Amino acid sequence: MKKIINRLIQCILTLFIVSVLCFALTKAAPGDPVLTYVEPNMSEEYIQNLRESLGLTKPLYEQYFLWLGRIFHGNFGNSLMNNRPVLTQMLERLPATVILMGTSMVLGFLIAVVLGLYSGKNRNGLLDKITSLFCYVGISIPTFWFGIMLIYLFSVHLHILPSIGMHSDGDRSFGDLVLHMIMPCAVLTFANASQYIRYLRSSTITEMSSDYVMVQTAYGMKDSGILFRHVLKNAMLPMITVLGMSLQSLVSGAIITEQVFAWPGIGQLAVTAVMQYDYPLIMGITMLTALLVVAGNLLADVLYAVFDPRIRKAS
Amino acid sequence: MRENIWKNIKRGFKANKLAIAGAVMIVALALISIFAFLYPVDPNAISATERLMGPSLAHPFGTDDMGRDYLARCIYGGRASLLVGFLSMILSTALGVLVGSVSGFVGGAPDAVLMRLVDALMSLPTFLIMIVMNAFLKPGLQNIVLIIGFLTWMNIARIVRGETISLNEREYVIYARISGQKKRATILHHILPNIMPTIIVAATMNIANAILMESALSFFGLGIQPPTASWGSMLSNAQRYIQQAPYLAVFPGLLILVTVISFNYLGEVLRKVFEPK
Repeated sequence: MKKIINRLIQCILTLFIVSVLCFALTKAAPGDPVLTYVEPNMSEEYIQNLRESLGLTKPLYEQYFLWLGRIFHGNFGNSLMNNRPVLTQMLERLPATVILMGTSMVLGFLIAVVLGLYSGKNRNGLLDKITSLFCYVGISIPTFWFGIMLIYLFSVHLHILPSIGMHSDGDRSFGDLVLHMIMPCAVLTFANASQYIRYLRSSTITEMSSDYVMVQTAYGMKDSGILFRHVLKNAMLPMITVLGMSLQSLVSGAIITEQVFAWPGIGQLAVTAVMQYDYPLIMGITMLTALLVVAGNLLADVLYAVFDPRIRKAS
Repeated sequence: MRENIWKNIKRGFKANKLAIAGAVMIVALALISIFAFLYPVDPNAISATERLMGPSLAHPFGTDDMGRDYLARCIYGGRASLLVGFLSMILSTALGVLVGSVSGFVGGAPDAVLMRLVDALMSLPTFLIMIVMNAFLKPGLQNIVLIIGFLTWMNIARIVRGETISLNEREYVIYARISGQKKRATILHHILPNIMPTIIVAATMNIANAILMESALSFFGLGIQPPTASWGSMLSNAQRYIQQAPYLAVFPGLLILVTVISFNYLGEVLRKVFEPK
């Protein structure tokens, strides 16, 4: 119970910090927001009235709560670039990012299960050493550089993969989408897999040395049986937290990769928004991501309790 | 205590040849950055007649789109990247150690508040916040160090707090407490020296991360500003000339990779060395 309350406090605190940051950003932004509504023939008095009706004369904290209230109703305001609603723009970009990130998370996870389990079981074997090198490179390589190198090799040099975008002109087929997705997906999968493998390997090692494994080995159960029926299940538990943490990357995690491959997702939208100083759009994306961070952490906690009876009993 | 640390490190390095390679790499990069002036070529000297020339004897790494010597730019770019990595590591380690040790030693309500804050900050979408903050502040070395430093101390605070709490139970800390020593003195003289190994490991990995973040920010044009070279900004420029001059992308990228891998690996080896057997 105490844990749940703690968790909720933390969620609210996170959202509060992000929202204050966002709000401070708009207030610190240069320029008077009322000027977008002002026309040359308006009187000074009228402008003052306008200022009041927009709530700009109210004290800051009151403005903050009004703004927060609008966000709770899904009203993120309009983009400064094209005056279209922020929410609509985000929703338009969402599918592209979810396809890309979702695929690379699943692929990364599958690779990690195989390699993590294997190298955790056969510690210091040849494949374990290769895997560990793979992980070091994976967590140390700048993703944008890896992307550029892939583009050079497969698009510029070999001409077999399209270098940027999501679709070829006028081609909406699935095959075309897959071709466009190979490189960005490879970059993200590599990064994801190397992270996941490190967790899975170390939890497999812990599980392998636990009593129940030794008992079963002593009773003559086959290694593969123990590994898949028992170790895998327990080694998977910490992965719930890791995957929960990466839920937000479904939206914002691909900022760099989307930029390199001109993938039309939310990450690219975020960069454009920042470069154009489009405050409502920046705030919208930041708030959406923060919400997902909180949701991901909560979801991970709940799932953890569902799958791990020890925690369920403890609370 | 100190002698012990050095002995352990020596033993760790003897057992692991790759660790030596990593350490040598880092020392070499640091020396090259410090003594950059020994390579007598101006990294910002433009030459209209020598644009995009491949690697040659006169220009070992070739020249970029403005005819600048690419080896000189790589050297000075490394200086910028390492400087940012080092300075932001100092800032984040100092903050993390301060918050972590106070939180762990004092305990109670201040601890609860600080740790909730750390949890909240840790779940922020860091990179998104970084590009947003960078766009609003004036991009440049000072701001980039501040931003990376202030967004990456939480990990260290958590680790330091955990270690501090486990030390709270030790006799000498209990003695210092009940004999009325000042809290600050106890933390400085009894707690910090004993968690130094942990801090060193966390700081090493922290540099690796900071260098990666700096290069990504500079890649977006939000970090070190031209004409000053940095590996990240050199790469964003290189992407434009990937067809004519792919070597422009190869050198800075390889340098980042090698640097970051060296720090990560060194951190891992140190962690194993310091681990209680």
